[in-house]
Amino acid sequence: MGIEIILDKCTGCALCVKACPFNAIKIKNKKADIEANCTLCGSCVESCKLNAIIIERPKLSNKDLSEYKDVWIFVELRGKEIKKVSLELASKAREIADILGQRVGAVILGEKVRHFCNQIKAYGVDINYIAENDNLINYNTSNYAAILTGLVNKYKPNIVLFPATHIGRDLAPRVAATLKVGLTADCTGMSIKDGLLLQSRPAFGGNIMADIISPNSRPQMATIRPNVMKINNPDFSLKTEIISIPVDIDEKARKIILKKTIKTTKTGTKSLDEADIIISGGRGMGSPENFKILEDLAKTINGVVGASRAAVDAGWRPRSDQVGQSGKTVSPKLYIACGISGKIQHQVGMKGSGTIIAINTDPEAPIFDIADCGIVGDLFEIIPALNDELKKNLKKE
Amino acid sequence: MKIIACIKQVPDTTEVKVDPKTHTLIRDGVPSILNPYDHFAVEESVRIKDQIAEVSVTVITMGPEQARSALMRCLALGADDAVLISDKKFAGSDTWATAYTLSLAIKKIGKFDIVFCGQQAIDGDTAQVGPELAQQLGIPQITYVEKVEIDEKLKLTIHKQTEEGYQILETKPPVLLALLPPTSFQPEHPPMSSILKAKKKPFKVWDAKTLGGDESKFGLDGSYTQVIKTYTPPTRGECEFIEKDDIKQAAKKLSEILLKHEALIKR
Repeated sequence: MGIEIILDKCTGCALCVKACPFNAIKIKNKKADIEANCTLCGSCVESCKLNAIIIERPKLSNKDLSEYKDVWIFVELRGKEIKKVSLELASKAREIADILGQRVGAVILGEKVRHFCNQIKAYGVDINYIAENDNLINYNTSNYAAILTGLVNKYKPNIVLFPATHIGRDLAPRVAATLKVGLTADCTGMSIKDGLLLQSRPAFGGNIMADIISPNSRPQMATIRPNVMKINNPDFSLKTEIISIPVDIDEKARKIILKKTIKTTKTGTKSLDEADIIISGGRGMGSPENFKILEDLAKTINGVVGASRAAVDAGWRPRSDQVGQSGKTVSPKLYIACGISGKIQHQVGMKGSGTIIAINTDPEAPIFDIADCGIVGDLFEIIPALNDELKKNLKKE
Repeated sequence: MKIIACIKQVPDTTEVKVDPKTHTLIRDGVPSILNPYDHFAVEESVRIKDQIAEVSVTVITMGPEQARSALMRCLALGADDAVLISDKKFAGSDTWATAYTLSLAIKKIGKFDIVFCGQQAIDGDTAQVGPELAQQLGIPQITYVEKVEIDEKLKLTIHKQTEEGYQILETKPPVLLALLPPTSFQPEHPPMSSILKAKKKPFKVWDAKTLGGDESKFGLDGSYTQVIKTYTPPTRGECEFIEKDDIKQAAKKLSEILLKHEALIKR
């Protein structure tokens, strides 16, 4: 098992060296040589015109995997609501389940959750697996993982999807490790290829994309980045089944005790992760007071205000507002960067946005490299003028 | 008390550039660095060591021989000893196989109290190895840890970041903590005296045979996920610049673009 260069065929043309995203191939004595940091990603195999590179992969197992059916989602809640990302997952699961001719299952855990079934069914959920218990009101890894693992073992789903949120990224790997199955993080694309779940995700700070499969283990599991998948038009006439799972939780057995929950974001505001529109301010904002013009614009177009690291480090905005490598990764439909130079560390956190608009006085600012539309100018002139213009037009409707 | 810090050597992804013509990665001269999240985890381990009596910090990594330099950096930061887990058999490990291999090494080290790791590594960004490792070690995990406090009785008070703020949690060892450095965190170079001291600290290299375990669970064989293709993402088109000679006109033009955008239409 592994990678092999067929020396008779290799001409040392170095196409594979260029193709390798990990810089793991060198030409030695006019032949390709694989270095120790090879990840067996397979980019070189495709690049070689002489078929001189072979990667031997584990054979598809003979295990009968056909007993695993249905596409499940983990429904994340926030307080008394279903998080928007859960609707995105339901919609994607519906699409995949239709291709496979299988059903969509939703796992909903919490204190009282039955009423959510009538909401999520409208996005195509056929069966709801619900567990209601006072001790499930706040997410905790051990109880949630145990319930999910048990459900999977009992009902044997083919695919389980989680949101790539703080909770999903804590829960999914715990469950996957327990079940000994593959898990792909932060997917931005998902389809079915030869009956398998084809999972696409960015890596290397968004510089490359990878397509990943889990052929030999079931269920196939992935976390999906919020705001990427489209939400179906709801149809509340759809029928749905509810299976209630009795759970017994011993509080005393819990090893991690929640003492306090502190909210730093204003109640009622959408979180950055879920926002369709984000207006971010950077060093160019100059002071915390100046963010008011961004807040005003956000109000007009129903957006959320974010910040670059420079603005957070300066103490102008709370850390929970920060977009970028050491902050949040967001993918809104519309991202407006104001006074942000857009170094790679910032880009990593917002590159996945639908449309990027940049306003900056510096025409050389890297943010313009990835912006769809830009204005080289003073944001303190442009933003208020833009806000007036938008207000005028949106009022008319 | 025994702390084990798991680290990874990564290419500095912020130095990676894409060739504008061929759309392939330009990796020439991209330095290998200690993953910044792990750097913070090691600093926190050492801070606890300085605070509480009789704490030793062992730093481990799975990687090629080159990863030695990342471990040396950790020793210079104050860790007591290091283990490099290295074997061709580990090549192609996904997160599960990586966690399996690390779990074998940690079990071989013996008794431990806290396992520290970075929340994620900047090359893969999966954030999966920490929780998968905790599961395989059979210990609880806390991810997105912003702050760790410990008292003499080894009671841990943890600030865990949430999407809306943070939680204060309490626990006791054994536990795995995945650490998120503060935004102002800048990995610092240790002084030369510490680098020299590091060279005298115990350093072990363990291969697959030394670890024992089930060889079919290492590397590509042991990986449940398979990367079948990598490619550069579709590039964005050129930036369309709006002239701003007349602010009103520019604002009007931009507002027209925004009003046509799906995010505004949908409201």
